[in-house]
Amino acid sequence: MKPAPFDYQRPHDLKEALSLLGKAGHSSKIIAGGQSLGPMLNLRLVEPELIVDISALAELKVAERRGDELVLGACITHADIEDGRVPDATRGAMQQIAANIAYRAVRNRGTLGGSLGHADPAADWISALAALGARVRLTSSTGTRLLDVESFVVSALESALRPGEIIETIHVPARPASAQWGYFKSCRKTGEYAHAIAAVVIDPPAATARLVIGAIEAAPIVIKNPLELFGGRITGDYKERFDPQVADTMLAKAGIADAAQRHIHVNVLKRAIRGAAA
Amino acid sequence: MRNERDFSSADGGDARQGVGVSLPRKEDDRLMRGRGQFVADIRLARLQDVAFVRSPLAHARILAIHVPEHYRASVFTAADLVGVKAIRAVSGLPGFKASEQPVLATVKVRQVGELIAMCVAPTRAEAEDIAAAVTLDLEELPAVHDMLMARKPGSALVHEHWGDNIFLETNYEVDISSALDAPIKVTREISTARQCMSPLEGRAVVATFDHRLDQLTLYSAAQMPHVTRSGLAECLGMEQARIRVVSPDVGGGFGYKGILLPEEVCLSWLTMHRGHPVRWIEDRREHLSASANCREHHYKITVYADRDGRLRGIDCEATVDSGAYSSYPFSACLEAAQVASILPGPYLMPAYRCRTFSVATNKCPILPYRGVARTGVCFALELMLDLVAAEAGLEPGEVRLRNLVRPEQMPFDNITNKHFDSGDYPQAMRRALNLIHVEAVRRRQRKGEADGRRVGLGVSIYCEQAAHGTSVYSGWGIPMVPGHEQAAARLTPDGGLELRVGVHSHGQGMETTLAQVAHEILGVDVAKVHLIHGDTALTPYSTGTWGSRSMVMAGGAVAAACRELGERSRRIGAKLLQHDPAAVVLKDGEIRGVNGAVTLEEIAFTWYRRPQDLPSDVDPGGLEVTAGYKPQRDSGTFSYAAHAALVAVDTELGEVEILDYVIVEDGGVLVNPMVVDGQIYGGLAQGIGTALYEEMPFDTAGQPLATTLADYLLPGPTEVPAARLDHMETPSPYTQFGVKGIGEGGAIAPPAAIANAVNDALRRLGAEVMQSPITPQRIVEVILARGDKQGKSA
Repeated sequence: MKPAPFDYQRPHDLKEALSLLGKAGHSSKIIAGGQSLGPMLNLRLVEPELIVDISALAELKVAERRGDELVLGACITHADIEDGRVPDATRGAMQQIAANIAYRAVRNRGTLGGSLGHADPAADWISALAALGARVRLTSSTGTRLLDVESFVVSALESALRPGEIIETIHVPARPASAQWGYFKSCRKTGEYAHAIAAVVIDPPAATARLVIGAIEAAPIVIKNPLELFGGRITGDYKERFDPQVADTMLAKAGIADAAQRHIHVNVLKRAIRGAAA
Repeated sequence: MRNERDFSSADGGDARQGVGVSLPRKEDDRLMRGRGQFVADIRLARLQDVAFVRSPLAHARILAIHVPEHYRASVFTAADLVGVKAIRAVSGLPGFKASEQPVLATVKVRQVGELIAMCVAPTRAEAEDIAAAVTLDLEELPAVHDMLMARKPGSALVHEHWGDNIFLETNYEVDISSALDAPIKVTREISTARQCMSPLEGRAVVATFDHRLDQLTLYSAAQMPHVTRSGLAECLGMEQARIRVVSPDVGGGFGYKGILLPEEVCLSWLTMHRGHPVRWIEDRREHLSASANCREHHYKITVYADRDGRLRGIDCEATVDSGAYSSYPFSACLEAAQVASILPGPYLMPAYRCRTFSVATNKCPILPYRGVARTGVCFALELMLDLVAAEAGLEPGEVRLRNLVRPEQMPFDNITNKHFDSGDYPQAMRRALNLIHVEAVRRRQRKGEADGRRVGLGVSIYCEQAAHGTSVYSGWGIPMVPGHEQAAARLTPDGGLELRVGVHSHGQGMETTLAQVAHEILGVDVAKVHLIHGDTALTPYSTGTWGSRSMVMAGGAVAAACRELGERSRRIGAKLLQHDPAAVVLKDGEIRGVNGAVTLEEIAFTWYRRPQDLPSDVDPGGLEVTAGYKPQRDSGTFSYAAHAALVAVDTELGEVEILDYVIVEDGGVLVNPMVVDGQIYGGLAQGIGTALYEEMPFDTAGQPLATTLADYLLPGPTEVPAARLDHMETPSPYTQFGVKGIGEGGAIAPPAAIANAVNDALRRLGAEVMQSPITPQRIVEVILARGDKQGKSA
């Protein structure tokens, strides 16, 4: 389990990194914390010619509140969030997610941008940030674009990132006091990848909700206006109004054929909803 | 110094160091500070690394192996290994079909990961680059991926010339027709998943050739170095004296490090061919996908009982997926054929029938893993006894108490002629039931849980035949039959003691426990006892460490050698004290007579350094002794334990939490109770892995599907509860000190106890899990399946 030979560069500013990535195109890989790429290299699942290490880029370590949103650089680690070393705009939601990602050793090195870019369906951020309505800012030497997290994650292990592009920052909208947050995941053991994830933001006064069902064999399912799950309306008694049967039918339509898997996903969603209402 | 620990005073000021004392382990000082010396720590000049080209397919004909021209000198295939023989592990049991395991594949590949070519380079990464550049033309054949399908006519064949896929079929029957009219009859299919043994350290090999000694030295992470040497010599066609196998610190074995590996043969050949040392360190993917597996059993079992829960008989058909090849030295039959003899466990029954099949498939060979077949057997039988209890309307514990062999029957020969040496099995069960508070659990169940989960209680009990010897293994007729065990003991000129044993300590703590045995006999301070082991050049021949035999066999041999050494010291001491030898005794490390005493240090110093002080008629034998040992009966010691588990099952998510776990064990006299506790905790962790986590699934093409530790789940600290241990002590009447083998037991009973607890929790839902591991998916499946059935019948 040793990687195939590759070249390695550690640029010191974003411009230099983008130039390297622009030249290398498809044959390059970005490394930040290396918590997913490292094993993939060792298993020779990827054999890039060039690895661009972005851990020296100060631009990717920003962490600040800008108006109504929180801006976090792609190289912010899970532990930075867990330990409260960066500001928050989610009323603790991100801290709760970060603290339960894998093991502390992984959290020390693993980054927000790396987790999103890897797009593993079983990872936490792609579901949690989709529920929180976050966007990612993608930059290349030719320009930048801003994508919703749910548009950024195309399918299992596939993101919208183009060759030469880099995740620069993650933009998380502030969670209003009325928006209730629930997150639940089921893992076979502590620190292991989840086999079912649900993240919900429910705002009864605004009569809105965003539900995300993750850790399926595809991009997370994002339900932006899930009225049918709550008998047609989002009100303060949503916990009681939640209809698991409708959720089950919805998951079957989404292609989850296995009844036991649907059963677990629906109950994980129920727990997240209960958590939000608590 | 901070964190330094003085071992001599660590026992709370108690100066006792002999049998029965919980001394901290001497070896931990080195191991816990990261100063152990494992094979991967060995550095030799001109050492090069090896990576293998392995089969990507489970079953295929090899049409061509393409080696790029510029790598020709670095790549070796079967065609290069002229004169190297295939690994053969043949059992003498009638009807056994032998397999030839080529060290590098020749005509066919029969499992994913099978070795095809060997690539050598200055570093492992470069060797892997070369391996990646070698391409294969393979003609894929239908894979034999399911042992039950493999038994049927028309299946693809792993070894065509056999005509079927059966390594061995056995039949055992005692009067089964007498059970058929029993009022309770329960039948189920039960299965345990394929597992990987997963020691912390994988296999590791460094091979080098010493021209001065004309000797091949193989450093290997191995638990049976002498047996490895014999197997290696047979494959290489070399005299055994020209091979030295050294097994340094080893990070866990569990049976996996008992087998002779094709890699060991390949590297031995390579170092002699190339003239420089070579190394191969197994990586985790190789371990998970290629090397060897364990535990895959299937049972079709019927239990007959009377209304009062008393067993009338058991009828069973057991199938074990033995994989593609018969591994050296245990063979492909040990696991399945053993099922027939151990399935009745510690229970009384008048009738019994068991038919077993060892089936060849296109998977890696199956090996005896800690507990060997007992874990599967205990799982099958104990799940069935809970069903008998349900039918009879009795507490599961009560059904056990009504059927267990009783203390007044000891020694006892059971229905398969297993000879139980001693023990009080009902008492162990009663203690476990008391400790887990059965009545309180039943009250709690009636009340229900605030969080909606369901709690369940499960018990299991087993017996562990250990240190079984010649009379048992000669019957298997496999390449390794244990006889008498030897140990050598030598007083050094300063009065220290060197012990040499052929068993290998790779986690068992024998550097401490064998020193305690020596202390018990000679009174030498444990700190001054040095164990030399893991080296065929330095130690007496032994089949090695397996079958929970080392403390019984090597402990007995160390005691015998120390006794003889004590006797010689006594005779020399008598001379020095100018006493009649009959008038002096050895006590607390000195020879005492009426007029005074002389210490072993003084005797050793005189013998080696001042022989002029010895009278001319002294015994010339000296202070170095090799002695042999075998228990009075070699049919094995029987240790046992009752386990009880309390679990909570989340039926919505299929999650299981172990709330409480109790173990009442009887390993006879314990040389070091703390070491035994460690063995039990470690075994429990592995048993929990079997129960809830570990599984190596294969697809229909024979591809292993859990090839990283992200897919193959092992229990970690958060998954292993703080078990409560209780000890009983029934000495074995046949062994030195009354010790019994205890090393494997912890891993035997947990899957059964946990599964019974889960099923107890699910019973009122009408659902049951009959398969390990008990995953969330499986729990939800059985609950939903029950709902479907009820829905349809309603």
